[in-house]
Parts: sequence; structure tokens; C-alpha cells
Amino acid sequence: MESYFSAQNITKRYAHHTALSGVSIEVPRQSIFGLLGPNGAGKTSLIRIINQITGPDEGELFFNGEKLNPRHTEMIGYLPEERGLYKKMKVGEQALYLAQLKGVSRQDALKKLRFWFEKFEIQAWWNKKVEELSKGMQQKVQFIVTIIHDPSLLIFDEPFSGFDPINVNLLKEEILNLRKNGATIIFSTHNMASVEELCDNIALINKSHKILEGSVKAIRKTYKTNTFAIEYNQYTGPLRAILPASYELLDEQQDDDLTKATVRLPAGVSQNELISALLPHIALHSFVEIIPTMNDIFIETVNKATSDSTNSQNALL
Amino acid sequence: MNKIFLVIKREYLSRVQKKSFIVMTILGPLLMAGLFIVPVYLAQMSDEMKKIDVLDETGWFMNKFENSSRFNFEYVVEDLETAKENLTTKKGYALLYIPKPSATVPSAAVIYSEKQVSIDLKGYIKTVMAKEVENQKLGAEILKEIRKVNPEYKSFGNDSISKESLISEEILKNIKTNISLTSIQMGEEGKEAKSYTEVSMGVGMFAGILIYFFIFLFGAQVMRGVIEEKVSRIVEVIVSSVKPFQLMMGKIVGVALVGLTQFLLWVVLTLTIVTVFQTIMPGSVEKKSPTEVFSPGTRIPAEASAVTEEAEAVSSSGMSVISEALGSINYGIMIFSFIFYFLAGYLLYGAFFAAIGAAVDNETDTQQFMMPVTIPLILAIVMAQFVINNPEGPVAFWFSIIPFTSPIIMMVRIPFGVPYWQLALSMGLLTVTFIGAVWLAGRVYRTGILMYGKKVTWGEMWKWLFYKA
Repeated sequence: MESYFSAQNITKRYAHHTALSGVSIEVPRQSIFGLLGPNGAGKTSLIRIINQITGPDEGELFFNGEKLNPRHTEMIGYLPEERGLYKKMKVGEQALYLAQLKGVSRQDALKKLRFWFEKFEIQAWWNKKVEELSKGMQQKVQFIVTIIHDPSLLIFDEPFSGFDPINVNLLKEEILNLRKNGATIIFSTHNMASVEELCDNIALINKSHKILEGSVKAIRKTYKTNTFAIEYNQYTGPLRAILPASYELLDEQQDDDLTKATVRLPAGVSQNELISALLPHIALHSFVEIIPTMNDIFIETVNKATSDSTNSQNALL
Repeated sequence: MNKIFLVIKREYLSRVQKKSFIVMTILGPLLMAGLFIVPVYLAQMSDEMKKIDVLDETGWFMNKFENSSRFNFEYVVEDLETAKENLTTKKGYALLYIPKPSATVPSAAVIYSEKQVSIDLKGYIKTVMAKEVENQKLGAEILKEIRKVNPEYKSFGNDSISKESLISEEILKNIKTNISLTSIQMGEEGKEAKSYTEVSMGVGMFAGILIYFFIFLFGAQVMRGVIEEKVSRIVEVIVSSVKPFQLMMGKIVGVALVGLTQFLLWVVLTLTIVTVFQTIMPGSVEKKSPTEVFSPGTRIPAEASAVTEEAEAVSSSGMSVISEALGSINYGIMIFSFIFYFLAGYLLYGAFFAAIGAAVDNETDTQQFMMPVTIPLILAIVMAQFVINNPEGPVAFWFSIIPFTSPIIMMVRIPFGVPYWQLALSMGLLTVTFIGAVWLAGRVYRTGILMYGKKVTWGEMWKWLFYKA
């Protein structure tokens, strides 16, 4: 797939630490790209480099095939994690100012702002000072100013922090809408559920290194462990007794008239074999393959990377 | 580039629309007008009788100085040295010495005193002397005119000819006289130290303090603006649209324009208030109608004005002498320098203030960085008092050349007259320094604004200078 934005071998060093070392990402056109990683991994550094707030020490960035340059800032919409508005300034005036800073003419900005204020039903706020708004209201205004100049690349850094569940849904809808309308989105978050829901591709950064990348579906597939959850009744004996010895029984729980259990099959054994082993003894109510959540994958990958680097450090010592 | 104008516009408009700006704009001129008006009235309120010896070698002004409730003029006939000695032994207030002019009419006088001579006394003396000299000149001119018609005419005495009809614009222009009055303070052992005129001192000190005040006031505004952007977390949104340097310069320039606006409004409003005051207070009006100017000398019947004249002269003299002395200062250089030193000094310190604002998370953390930055400013305002007593000494010279103190000290010196090469050198150095300061501040700023929750040290800021953008 053609990539709309790409960063190649980005390295960024500060006085005492390296924020990014040789990180590359490819963001396909009209997709949502999740930039994941624990705190301090280097996500914000990379996002700032993409926004040209700082420059990389090494590496190159390409925007729609062109080398990234200052003209591109007007095509990028950025909602930073550390965000806010001028407290003493009126909402409408401020939105106009920020839109104009992105190169939108005053008239265009007014027209678009009117549209969005209507859509979010916040017209009444136009002449209010920002400090009079609640945090959630401010976030809505913030979202509008992020997209007001119709950017083709959007960068959301922890977009859902500070929103209530209703607004989170509204925001998700808008993000999906933006993609439908042709925007490419880079999206950094700790909320793994929203990654599964929204992202097409991800890159996982840990301690300045990229440790995992690919499409969400493919990654989850590779992390499958051949584990299944079953619900059954009409059998009260231990499940272990009817399972072949090589099958691993991870969990078994009695819940009213149903028993729930989790079984991991050895590699190469299909789920049909499990079903055939069970059917003569039990009445099967449900049978589901457990696909690891992004959350599990995140924790597992980061822990593994951390212990690896500790081991290698120990080896060096 | 369009974007930096957007930033300037926002910074400017958001400040001039604030209530505090409007209040300051109204209060400032009231205070400044008060500075002009109150001293004059205070001087008049003091009721101590002051004895002034008059040693008039010309004989022109015999009995022209009239005793008032506060001044007692005593004419003496002796040589200057004796008169000076007498002044010391007899505890007189001052000795007015009017030397015989070498060629034409008297135009200079010296006033000796132990203490600074009050400004209204000097004003009164100058007014009386100027009036007398003008009267004499006018008499001569009128006589000339009359003789053209009637060569036999010897002197005034009959009023068959209306003198007013003979006074032309040209004559009035010819007779305009400027009296220079030097005041010399006599020291403890009779040493004479030349004292500069109070007005130059006043103007110099006032300009210096105003610069100091403006740098602090508007520099702090820049700093607060930067902290506000950092605290409200809007800065990252903005720097994704404009370069941090543009944001910083936009803010500094925007605030500078606010300062200029405020200054110009102050000047206009102060002048308005003083003018209005002079118009509505009858005693303060500087009347220059011909009848009044020459009435006592030519004895043209104008009793009404003659009676009130002297009283008026005393009360108006304080005011008129200030405007007169203010008129003697080179306004072109004064205003140009003020605007230059205000802008350059402000840019120099404003850049530092912006960098400090960027380095900290809240205003309370600014203290440790503010101290070293403000020390030169405070030093300058302290030194200003020495400089004003010796505006040509080495202290004055060096402090008005060194960029960190020059905006204040040079403004203090300018009313006394400063050689152009010194002015040029000082301005040149200041320009180079503020460009350097803005460059350094820009480097600290762009790193600082994105740095949160970190106690920043000087060493840390030093490192920021070398980060790649």
C-alpha cells in the first residue's frame, strides 16, 4: 500500500538521553495509524518531529512523497497531549486566530467554524471566554480548531484524555468520518481498546526503539496462542479427566448451571480436535477462540523488550 | 511572515482591550500632570520670607523687583566679593548679580546661593528682567517710530500720540528677550560648584525613570504572556503552526507596540491636561499681550493689569519657567532617543524576560532568574542620581555606553547635551547587544516552552543554547 507519510531512521538525541534511535514508520494513505508505547518511550518526540516543532538529528521524513518542509504545517492538524487555549480569550475569536495561523483566510475560517459550531451545538459559546467553559467543552473547541483547516494528515496525541464517555464516542465517530473523507490519521494513545477499535496499523515504541509494527489484525493473529474458551453443562466431573494430556487447562469455573473453562491446545492441534474430544461428554453452549487483546500484546512485548535489554546489559557487565 | 503579524495583532489587541491598560492610560497622565503642577503650587505655599540681595551693575532693574509675601529684595551697592561674603555672614537666601553688559543690553545674570534656588524665584527674576529689557527696547523702538513723524519729539510725557498704534508685529519680534540665569551654589568653604538647571535634571531623571519603568512593566508582560501560554498548554498547538521564534518575536513586538501606544497616549493626554489646567486657572496663564508686556516701563495706562501683574507674575512664573526651560531642550534628539532607548532597551530585556518565562512553569519560579537580569537595571537607576550631578564624568560616560545600563543613563544625560559620537556609540552597542540577546533568548525559548515539570537551572539553560532546532 502506498504510504502517505513516512519517517525513515529517525534519531533524536538530547543532552542526557536518546529519545529516538533509528525509528521508521510508514503510514498508509487514508488509514488510522496507532503510535503506541509506554510513557517516555519517545512518542511525543516523534510527533513533535512530524509537526516540525523540532527537527531530527538523523533521518528523513516524507509527506505525500515530498520531503517534509514548512509548507506542510498547513496540511497537518495536531491535537497535542498537553493542550489548552488562551483562558481570557473569547472562544470564537480564538478559534479564528488559530485557524488563521494555519493559513485559512478569515472568511473561510468563519464559514467553517459556523458549520462546526452548529454541528457540535456550541454556537452559544462563541462570545464566551474560554475560562467560562467546562473542561469537556474546551476539548470540543480544541478538536474543532485542530481540524478547521481541513488537514490531510491528523495527529492526535492521547485524544480521549479529559473527555467523558459521550464525547469520547462523538470523537471516535468524527475520527472515523475524517478517515472516510480522505484524511490520514496518526493517533497516539494508551487506551488499547480504542486502538483495536480504530487503528488499521500500529507501531510500538519502547525506550526509543520501535519493537513492533504492522496491521492490527495481522499482529493479533501472530500473537494467537491457540487458546479457546468454552461454556458447557450436563457434566459435573473435572474437565481435566476428559481432555488429552497435551491440552492445557488454564481455567475452570462453575457459574450457576454453566461451567466456563479455558483450554490451550498444543501447536498444530486444531479446534475441531478439541470439540471432538469434548462432545461425547458435555453439552457445549459456546466455543470462542481467545484472540489476544492489544493490551496483552502491548504488555507482553514491552516486558519482553525490557527484560531483553536488561539481560543484554547484564551480559555486557 | 503573514503569521508573525497575526501573532503581533493578537498580542497587541488582547492587551489594549484590557481594563488595566485603559486604567493605566488614564491614571498615568493624571500622575504626570500632577508632577508638573503640584511642585509649582507647593512652592507657592511655603511662607518663609526669603531675603535676596540684588547687586545690579547695570542700574536697569533698580526697584523693579518687588517684595512679595515670600521674597524680600534688597538692593546692595558693593563689589561682588563683598556681596558674596555678606550673603554668607548675613544668612541671606541668595545674591542676584547682574553684571554690566559688555556691549548691548543686559541679558545675563548670576544667582549665588547656599541652597538650591527655588524654581519660582528664578522664574520671577527672569520674567522681571526680560520684561524690563523688553520695555526699554520697546521704548527705544517707539521713540524711533515717533521721531520718524516728529523729529522734535524728545521724550514721553504727553499722551497726544497713541503708542499702541505704533507697535507692529515686527517690533514685538525685535524686542523679544531671553535672559540667561546661571545659578551657582556656594559650598561650605565658599567653594562654588556650578549647578545644572533643575529642569534638565528633572527631564533627564524623569526620562530615565520612565525607561526603567517601561522596561520592567512591559518586560514583565512579555514574561507573563509566555508563562500564560505555557501554563495554559496552548503553546504546543501554536508552535505546530508557527516557528517558536516567530511566536516569541510576535509577542515581544506586540507588547512593544502596546508600550508605544501607551506612551503616546500619555504624552497627548498629559499635554492636554496641562494645557487645560493652564487655561482654566487664570493665574497660570502666560499672558503675552502687548499692553501687559510693556505697561510698567512705558507707563501706558493699564492700571488694571499693572496692579495684578506682579502677583500674577509670581504665580505664573513657576509654570512659565518650566515650559520655557522645556523649550530649550532639543526635543528632536530627546524624543528620538527616548523612543530608541525604550525600544532597544525593552527588546534587550524583553528577550531575557521571554527566555525566563519559557524556562519556568509558573511565576513564582521566576525569582532566581529575575535577579541577575534586573541587577543592571537597578544599578542604572541608582547610578542615575550620581550621573545627574555630574553628567559628563567617567561614571556617566561608561554607564551610558555599556548596553545594559545605557537606556537609562543615556536618557538621564541627554537633556544636558551629549556629544553625538557618544550617542552613536551607545546606540550602536545597544543594537548589537539586543540582536545577540534576542538570538540567545530564541534558543532558550524554543526548548523551554516544551519543557514541563522540570526545575530548570542556569546550567540547563546553557545547554539548551546548543540544541539543534
